[in-house]
Amino acid sequence: MSEKITDETIDYVSILAKLKLNDAERSQAKEDMQRMLDYIDKLNELDTKDVEPMSHIFPIDNVFREDVVVNGDDRESMLANAPEKKEGQFKVPKTVE
Amino acid sequence: MDLMQLTAVRLSEKIKSGEVTVKEAAEASLQAIRNKEKEIHAFISIDEEGVLRQAEEVQKKIEKGEQAAGPLAGVPVAIKDNICTLGIKTTCASRILHNFVPTYDAHVVKRLKDAGAIIIGKTNMDEFAMGSTTETSAFGVTRNPANQEHVPGGSSGGSCAAVAAGEVPCSLGSDTGGSIRQPSAFCGVTGLKPTYGTVSRYGLIAYGSSLDQIGPIARDVTDCAALLQVIASHDRKDSTSVRLEDYNFMSALKDDVAGLKVGIPEDYFGEGLDQDVKERIFEAAEILKSKGARVEFFNLGMVEYAIPAYYVIASAEASSNLERFDGVKYGYRSEEYEGLHDMYKKSRTEGFGPEVKRRIMLGSFVLSSGYYDAYYLKALKTKALIKHSFETAFKKYDILLAPASPSTAPRLGASLSDPLKMYLSDIYTVSVNLAGLPGISVPCGKDSKGLPVGLQMIADCYQEKTLLKTAYTYEQNRGKK
Repeated sequence: MSEKITDETIDYVSILAKLKLNDAERSQAKEDMQRMLDYIDKLNELDTKDVEPMSHIFPIDNVFREDVVVNGDDRESMLANAPEKKEGQFKVPKTVE
Repeated sequence: MDLMQLTAVRLSEKIKSGEVTVKEAAEASLQAIRNKEKEIHAFISIDEEGVLRQAEEVQKKIEKGEQAAGPLAGVPVAIKDNICTLGIKTTCASRILHNFVPTYDAHVVKRLKDAGAIIIGKTNMDEFAMGSTTETSAFGVTRNPANQEHVPGGSSGGSCAAVAAGEVPCSLGSDTGGSIRQPSAFCGVTGLKPTYGTVSRYGLIAYGSSLDQIGPIARDVTDCAALLQVIASHDRKDSTSVRLEDYNFMSALKDDVAGLKVGIPEDYFGEGLDQDVKERIFEAAEILKSKGARVEFFNLGMVEYAIPAYYVIASAEASSNLERFDGVKYGYRSEEYEGLHDMYKKSRTEGFGPEVKRRIMLGSFVLSSGYYDAYYLKALKTKALIKHSFETAFKKYDILLAPASPSTAPRLGASLSDPLKMYLSDIYTVSVNLAGLPGISVPCGKDSKGLPVGLQMIADCYQEKTLLKTAYTYEQNRGKK
């Protein structure tokens, strides 16, 4: 049985997930997460002591190339979908006084 | 003649021979969409203007003899709305991307355009490909053309419904845990998930990067092979893209399974499987047997661990992939906020739907310090064991036969109330993604309610040609047992 999901857990995870849940969503999230984790606990039936974790199915090698510029200045297309922009840059709320 | 009843390859032949113009084909598709969309709602965006412009260009090229060899020249293709299309809105069926217009084409879209295919529009899906019913879309549900009271499956439900309804001959979907094969089964079309790495993911809006793969959806196996042949290629913009020696998938279309070793995992046929589905799969096995395949049952193992491992890994990757949606660079930004962090949080909270938030929360939790080893690492180790069980199976068998889903399409609204139950409906598809294997779902009859049943065939990595050959043989013989 996985440990109980508390209000503190939900608060902490909301910070990590950058989500601001209201009271109803919080209690739903608590319930959903607890249920999922109880279910995921099934994995504890498996002895995986000597098993190497597999993050990728094939061996992945770094792809190296010479550091040569191949693309142009894509500033315009990068900014094309920005909710707000100013002087060719993304505009965000002030973060320092 | 209703051009939209033709397969893509047949339609292209007629276009290349001059019997049909590209514009006629495109207009037939647009007309079918106008007639059916009100009921089916397979699309989020239709690019009418772009379609006619593309059609003119392609027609000229065909007349000049360029692109005349391509098996899809002039054919209208629908694209799942999580695949970027230059100048056409790409929303992932989410409010957070409701106004996003890509400034580039995904690699697969570029390949299709280069081959002379016409991009007709963008299909509905579960929000960010998270769901099994296309009911979590922020733009409303898609209905199953086989029976409109039922879901089309998910998350490529729009792409499958568009083909099944005769709106387009073929489409592209994406498959993270079964999202091509399961809706193909529910809608009665053919859908293929290629080996991980065969098709570039450049321009596919990521959900679970180690599992996602783009693949073809069509009316028959030949069209699937043709579409795969067009979209599969090595792409340096995707570091997980592999370089194959042979991309000629259409050469595999042979009616021949003599001597083929087919394994049926016993553990896929236990509790929870509809009797009708079970019978249809066994009938399909008999057909392959009658064509000279050696069919036997075996024990695959690890089946009940695939879904918990999948949800840990997919949610973890989703939580990290969806970090980029913060209201700064693109997409929705909340109207009112106090400071930067509040803007991030409000934009995300208002922009994402409940299923997406659920998975982001779970993913953030399993990756958080103190829980990483117990959940995420444990899931990666389970994945290694699942991969191993398939490796053992493929030492003995060329192809595995399985249902694509434990049941046929559920009624609209029946699944969402219990997420865990919905997740369990992916039991026969998710392990294929965890192991990176290719899998196809081919229609194999109907259940007692008249809803389509899908036969899933699974092959070892890079064995698409064996997969296509077996599926083709079954398709050629299913009507004449």
